[in-house]
Amino acid sequence: MSPAPDQGSGGLTIRLALAANPGSVRAGLAQLLDVPALADLSEDHRATVELVLAEVLNNIAEHAYAAGAGATSVTLRLISTGLSCQFSDCGLPMPGGRLPDGKLSVTPVTPTADLPEGGFGWHLIRSLTQDLHYTRADGQNRLAFLIPG
Amino acid sequence: MQLQLQTLPKVLSVLVMEDRIDAASAIQFKERLRDLTQEGDQRVVLDLARVQFLDSSGLGAIVAVKKLLGPDRVLELSGLTPTVERVFRLTRMDTIFTIHLTHEAALSDVTGA
Repeated sequence: MSPAPDQGSGGLTIRLALAANPGSVRAGLAQLLDVPALADLSEDHRATVELVLAEVLNNIAEHAYAAGAGATSVTLRLISTGLSCQFSDCGLPMPGGRLPDGKLSVTPVTPTADLPEGGFGWHLIRSLTQDLHYTRADGQNRLAFLIPG
Repeated sequence: MQLQLQTLPKVLSVLVMEDRIDAASAIQFKERLRDLTQEGDQRVVLDLARVQFLDSSGLGAIVAVKKLLGPDRVLELSGLTPTVERVFRLTRMDTIFTIHLTHEAALSDVTGA
């Protein structure tokens, strides 16, 4: 499905629904970042948006829909403080009903064999966003945050 | 996943010829590099100058390759673009890897040989 921009109240809103798998995420990101409002962001802000959206969408594909296929809805809104992002999916809830801490335990002396190969995603999301908010309601995961810029 | 290899006496040079290492390509990337580095004992220099996008899956794959090489074989990186460099910095992986500004600098550096 193509991204659908509309001029609602409070700024430009972009909506996209996409299948939750890595190939669709890659294609969906390319479509979203081509929408003029996002294509016109500063190079730095746009790179942050691409990375954060990729992390969230791939997490949903990998974890929420671990048991099978599903779709993710994305709503993006450009506001004065940055890009407001909302996601919803009908997959499994977050373990414990809360977002992962995304804490890294790596130091320069961590032995190679003990280096983590995962767990970077939530650390990046938490590092690059503000006002993170997660709720589970009506069988849906709903995640919202701001990418300042 | 396009990789370009050059075997030098003390270095295996690997140029990543893709603009993304992401969740859609990370597993393939890791498996290709595992296969390509099964023989030999040279240090491996992975050039990321063409990579414009690296997500946590891609980063995890690069860490996995470092682990696969074991403690006696070094994996070094070169040519990180600004967006890729930021992912390494935010996750502190810039403190784990030796990162060279350019591939040429990496190949001429003998300290890791």
